[in-house]
Amino acid sequence: MRRLAVLLALAAAVLAPAVLYPVLLMKVLCFALFASAFNLLLGYTGLLSFGHAAFFGGAAYVTGYLIREWSWGPLPGVLAGAAAAGLLGWVVGRLAIRRQGIYFAMITLALAQMLYFVCIELPQTGGEDGLQGIPRGTLAGLDLSHDLLLYYLILAVCVLAFALIYRTIHSPFGQVLKAIRENEARAVSLGYDVARYKLLAFVLSATLSGLAGALKVLVFKFATLTDVHWHMSGEVVLMTILGGIGTVAGPIVGSAFIVTLEDQLADKVGSLVTVIMGGIFVLCVLLFRRGIVGEAAAFGQRLLGSRNSPDI
Amino acid sequence: MKTINAAPFALRPAIAALALVLGLGAGVPAHAEISDGVVRIGVLTDMSGAYSDLAGPGAVIAANMAAEDFVAKHKPAFKVEIVSADHQNKGDIASNKAREWFDRGQVDAVTELVSSTTALAVMKVAKEKNKIALITGAGSSRITNEDCNDVSVHWVYDTYATGNGTGRAVVKQGGKTWFFLTADYAFGQSLEKDTTAVIEASGGKVLGSVRHPFPSTDLSSYLLKAQASGAQVIGLANAGADTINSIKQASEFGITPKQTLAGLLMFITDINSLGLKATQGMYLTEAFYWDMNPETRAWSKRFFARHHKMPTMVQAGLYSAITHYLEAVKALNSDDTQKVMAQMKKTPINDFFAKNGKIRDDGLMLHDMFLMQVKKPSESHYPWDYYNVRATIPAAEAFQPLSQSRCPLIRK
Repeated sequence: MRRLAVLLALAAAVLAPAVLYPVLLMKVLCFALFASAFNLLLGYTGLLSFGHAAFFGGAAYVTGYLIREWSWGPLPGVLAGAAAAGLLGWVVGRLAIRRQGIYFAMITLALAQMLYFVCIELPQTGGEDGLQGIPRGTLAGLDLSHDLLLYYLILAVCVLAFALIYRTIHSPFGQVLKAIRENEARAVSLGYDVARYKLLAFVLSATLSGLAGALKVLVFKFATLTDVHWHMSGEVVLMTILGGIGTVAGPIVGSAFIVTLEDQLADKVGSLVTVIMGGIFVLCVLLFRRGIVGEAAAFGQRLLGSRNSPDI
Repeated sequence: MKTINAAPFALRPAIAALALVLGLGAGVPAHAEISDGVVRIGVLTDMSGAYSDLAGPGAVIAANMAAEDFVAKHKPAFKVEIVSADHQNKGDIASNKAREWFDRGQVDAVTELVSSTTALAVMKVAKEKNKIALITGAGSSRITNEDCNDVSVHWVYDTYATGNGTGRAVVKQGGKTWFFLTADYAFGQSLEKDTTAVIEASGGKVLGSVRHPFPSTDLSSYLLKAQASGAQVIGLANAGADTINSIKQASEFGITPKQTLAGLLMFITDINSLGLKATQGMYLTEAFYWDMNPETRAWSKRFFARHHKMPTMVQAGLYSAITHYLEAVKALNSDDTQKVMAQMKKTPINDFFAKNGKIRDDGLMLHDMFLMQVKKPSESHYPWDYYNVRATIPAAEAFQPLSQSRCPLIRK
């Protein structure tokens, strides 16, 4: 059943460019990966980071700079961006996991804001103009400036990353993360080195967020302050909550929903876009707190009368 | 090394699928003089954020006026259509929308593009798709320097013109000693540097400067330093909310009107929202003021009837840019990008916005700028009666000379 759903989703993703605009689809994929990485931390470890834009945008700048200024290829550029985000995640994580709850969120926000200011000040980032005109380059002789080709490349990378996240969640490591989420004191009493697990989850989440940011550079050919701004940290929280915290498919659905809405409403309702987004968030928090996927799963469960918790 | 065209075996089905999708997805465009018989112009602007007042919905109205006036005047054989979108000041939304418009919406030119991030991003898309970008809202001088290309025109102003224009003209008006309040990032620093150079070249003196973090809400300590410097003029090398806060707080501390403020990047809508009491006596440079002559008044009153606000230079400039573009299309009876660009560069611009305007090879539209001084409340007799036009800055002085250009199209 689950395998069928995954196959259907994959088939839909492969055929989607025939109907939908490939650049928009690539953007959806990048944000889906970003939100999934974030969900690994919020949904499965119970850590609310409010500074994930630092990893997303930081990696975007690193990738962009390496490709544009040092003429790196797209693959090494993207990998270096993700690695840089992972390193940054290690530094931020080391500092942040010493505190819990709101203090954790505030530390991540503060450190992310510091990176934001660094990005404004550094001459290498182009300040408020951003790093523009980053070439997509070629990979194994294939010219990535072709939108469809890049779409399938990004789809492949994202599917691998989703598989990694899925494996992580369902591994013994993921079970420990869930135990920490449910009851940290008990996890400690069982002899788990909680700080270590948290840090590892944080670094993994940061690296994958960085991968998403680096891929976005290939799609749009620029890295700007929008990517490191705290709005971006907020947006990923919104996507995850709207899709469903702690579900595998939730962040993907949530980000597809938000990105498509943001884009499609842009020339239809004009200035009302932000109001509509705010309204949707309020409705989501008030009426369906489990998010789109969470509510759908709960509904399906009621329908089938199954007692097993859904795993989607 | 293997030859590159031998795709690995595993890739072949993928390429076949790709070819299939390509065949399904790409329609063949009809080949005519004017593609699909419609000239479609996209207005990509900030409809809800920080720049919606100076561009935004008013810009969409100005674009529609330009299209309607053009059709009424010339009765062309083709249709003119304006589409618009809110880029929310995000480069990715702007670039994605522009791509989609060019690829699927049969849009021929994208216009407005307030905020430098979106303008620079969309210029690149336009170049890639060989379509036209007419930039009115953004002010970055990179648009016609490092990032210039042959399909973009920068129509209204850049920070060189507003900064240098103000610096030079204010010194000529007698404001000899200056102190800078600078936003501490690349934009503010370069504005301060460029303006300082022109002040000193014109015989003025810069007594000092203070840098504030970007963005700041409390600028009091910086303003007190500016006050203590005793300079006649305090130059505001910042933008947006920082400028607004500086002006408000300078007025609250009684710094103005003893010392004069000079805004290096401001719009009439800022004056409107701050009020004359706080802004009186201030200098700023604009490309357009609605109340300059009968021609500007006539157009602006029509605009006012629809928008209930007087036009900013960005909105008036957008009308001018779209009109010039449409006239070039009509003259050629073609919407071919390179031909239209050549025609636009060849024809001088003479309308209510610009007199003898000319598009340079780096994409800059050269026209006169004006030094404005904000009126005292007692001098203002009717709504939007805000400026005294103190000086006309001739185009050659207002804009960066081509000899200093960093545009690759010029240096070659």
